[in-house]
Amino acid sequence: MHSDPAEVKKSVRSYMTVFGMLMVFTILTVAASKFHLAVPMAITVALVIAAMKGSMVAGVFMHLSHEKRAIYGALLLTLVFFIVLLFIPVLSMMDHIGTPK
Amino acid sequence: MNIPYTVEVRPDTGLHNGKLGIWLFLASEVMLFGALFSSYILLRVGAPEWPHGELSVKLGTINTIILISSSVTMVMAWASLKMNDFGKHRLYLLATFLLSAVFLVNKYFEYSEHLSKGEGPWHSTFFAIYFTMTGLHGLHILGGMIVMAYFLGPGAGMWKKNPEQFANRIEATGLYWHFVDLVWIFLFPVLYLL
Repeated sequence: MHSDPAEVKKSVRSYMTVFGMLMVFTILTVAASKFHLAVPMAITVALVIAAMKGSMVAGVFMHLSHEKRAIYGALLLTLVFFIVLLFIPVLSMMDHIGTPK
Repeated sequence: MNIPYTVEVRPDTGLHNGKLGIWLFLASEVMLFGALFSSYILLRVGAPEWPHGELSVKLGTINTIILISSSVTMVMAWASLKMNDFGKHRLYLLATFLLSAVFLVNKYFEYSEHLSKGEGPWHSTFFAIYFTMTGLHGLHILGGMIVMAYFLGPGAGMWKKNPEQFANRIEATGLYWHFVDLVWIFLFPVLYLL
């Protein structure tokens, strides 16, 4: 992360660019929802746009694009557990114990 | 006793302790909201049908724009400190505080409208998960506002005594705030559009 005033001054331009892009992507998300796409397609489009917006916030505003290894390590571990957490519902759907055959 | 590594970086992590601390806290927040998103998937997949168009997309979009704008003013509040402009920092921090207040006012109107129609958390699975997720998110907004109010008020005095540590505190506040914005970026399409 930059702490030199000159470097920070340069970053301000990228903050404004990301701000503009986040606004455009927000309009795109709402516009895409008006097309009444099939549910799987609508979910994919909405989540891809949300992921792009999220990565811009994390990468530029939270300075994750140039951080220290300790932070990347902690976040990688979090990501692994987060993915496991999201897949727990899938495990529950595969569980047929107690279901009559 | 002085708390070590509040300004200078620890040789092993390359970070000051406050920064590593806020990132570890955010990691726990990812798991907290992750559990709710996981519950949402479970409820939605298990439901025979899922309501559509129950929420005001217009209000949701306005709140998204407000929160994104507040993220920009927050990062500018930190950047202003790094550029040694305390006056601008206060203006940007105040703007962030006001934007977050507008977000909560919008949310109040949204909640009131649903509750007046009897659409509380008890109404359906959809409204139960809607109120749980947006309610928890709203509490995070409120928490952020309390911290911002502190740095606009009594906490601002640190700028004169230890400007570097003050900038680090604003950076940690900003990281938290951007995370709250990030959660909303996913909540908006999941609850309002899909």
